[in-house]
Amino acid sequence: MISEHSLEEAADRPGPISARPVPHPWRWVAVAGIAVLVAMVASSLLTNPRWDFGLAAQIMIQKPVIDGLLKGTILGTVGSMAIGVALGIVIAVMRISENPVLRGVSFVYTWFFRAIPRYVLLVIIGSGIGYLYNTLQVGLPFGQQIAGWLGLSSDLTIGSLNVNGITGSILGGILGLGLSEAAYMAEIARSGILSVDPGQREAAQALGMSSGKTMRRIVLPQAMRVIVPPTGNETIAMVKDTSLLIAIPVIAELNYQTSAIANRIFKIMPGLVASTAWYLIICSALMVGQYYLERYYGRGFGQQRPKTRRFARPAGAGGA
Amino acid sequence: MATPAGSGADRPLVRAVNVTKSFHGTQVLKGIDLQVRRGQVVCLLGPSGSGKTTFLRCINQLESIDGGRIWVDGDLMGYREERGTLHRLGDRQIASQRRDIGMVFQRFNLFPHRTALENVALAPIEVKGISKQAARERGLQLLEQVGLADRSAAYPAALSGGQQQRVAIARALAMDPKLMLFDEPTSALDPELVGEVLRVMRDLAAAGMTMIVVTHEMGFAREVADHVVFMDAGVVVEEGPPSKVIGNPQHDRTRAFLRRMRSEEDRAQL
Repeated sequence: MISEHSLEEAADRPGPISARPVPHPWRWVAVAGIAVLVAMVASSLLTNPRWDFGLAAQIMIQKPVIDGLLKGTILGTVGSMAIGVALGIVIAVMRISENPVLRGVSFVYTWFFRAIPRYVLLVIIGSGIGYLYNTLQVGLPFGQQIAGWLGLSSDLTIGSLNVNGITGSILGGILGLGLSEAAYMAEIARSGILSVDPGQREAAQALGMSSGKTMRRIVLPQAMRVIVPPTGNETIAMVKDTSLLIAIPVIAELNYQTSAIANRIFKIMPGLVASTAWYLIICSALMVGQYYLERYYGRGFGQQRPKTRRFARPAGAGGA
Repeated sequence: MATPAGSGADRPLVRAVNVTKSFHGTQVLKGIDLQVRRGQVVCLLGPSGSGKTTFLRCINQLESIDGGRIWVDGDLMGYREERGTLHRLGDRQIASQRRDIGMVFQRFNLFPHRTALENVALAPIEVKGISKQAARERGLQLLEQVGLADRSAAYPAALSGGQQQRVAIARALAMDPKLMLFDEPTSALDPELVGEVLRVMRDLAAAGMTMIVVTHEMGFAREVADHVVFMDAGVVVEEGPPSKVIGNPQHDRTRAFLRRMRSEEDRAQL
């Protein structure tokens, strides 16, 4: 036994530590179990001819499928998320406003659109709205009634729109998904706004900024750091929810088109593989985009990233 | 009552008369009077909870007041008086009243998503509509004035507390204020960083800036202040030149407070 005292006196004091790591036997058991499962899946993918990946790949690049992917799935996601984010932020700002009427409207909106399933909402927009209101007339509120009382021949209408032409198209779908999304985005935006230190607002106001400018320049940019990750979540969910566009009915949409082809040739599984593959590709691309968005809105928070290449060697580490 | 007394150069820059303020039924300001002349440095002293920070925040309308009046450079703060009736000012009008009043906070409140220079240049660009180029040049000049020209590209998180507070001072100065409000500017700092902030404030006072400073730094109040106001429990207990209020206080409450501060300073020096 070497005592502490004798160690201190010894000419060679304790050097670098080279110790055995704590054993983790159960990790190895887990690794073995996972390896077996992965091997089973891989063997099924390779040996079961019913997967038919070659056919799935062909379905993926059929013109109607690509069309549906671009005009339904991607355009639908972009459009409805644009409406959802913009309207959601407005509703969130209304919710924390000092005006009780604005607060109430915001609450009722969120309550209503969160309660309705998207599928049901899209059916209502696609079939119900056009049934209730054939044409949309732009003019004075209650223009027809006022004209009737005054005995005018005109009904004070400035212009009119064919409602069915809108609600029965992808526009109706984007509107429906966007309105529904805004209810969720409002809560996300509200949590982001509330996460910003009240001192930030005070500092901006003390500099003479109006409350609108304070919100746009100081509060929202900082709230974005909290808003972006759950919004990425919502965007990825929306990519998949565009498959509900069939409720409008809009058929220029990825999942409808792949299954239409698959049904026609009696190859159900390759059709499902084709749409799954496309959804995986889109969502992977979105995750990359989210990484860069988070990095942008995270600037000034936490450790600052050096502006060198990500895999650059630390200075002085020496080259090969 | 309706119009501020005096006019022109001899008119006080800040004039507060009988200011009262309550939070949830608790009255924290019970009729504060204060006059600050151009170029004067006024220190507000007092135990915590005495209402000095609340009063400072009332001057630039970060808190609204329940009674009394506050004029800054002849402008009635927060209200417009027409034929004996007060009208509350709108958001934009209050914002424009605040433009000429700089404020420095205890917790700095720098904008974390902006670099030091952007913090300083933001308000002149957004509020005054000055060109980005001009605002940046002026910003660099102000950062140099507070000794931080070399940290202009740093985000606040990368700066020490003392550096952040100096950037905050430069940010307030960028609006060319005629009055600077300091709310315990050194209370959140490590002791060794207090000096650099006080130095900047001393320079500012020497350059003729009108300042109202809520502080616990007795040394600063004694050396720099022209006028010291001691507050306790929402009232002004005693005021006058520092030699009188700090050197020879007349009231028991002032004496007790100063004794407590001194024993704390002694403890800090041990």
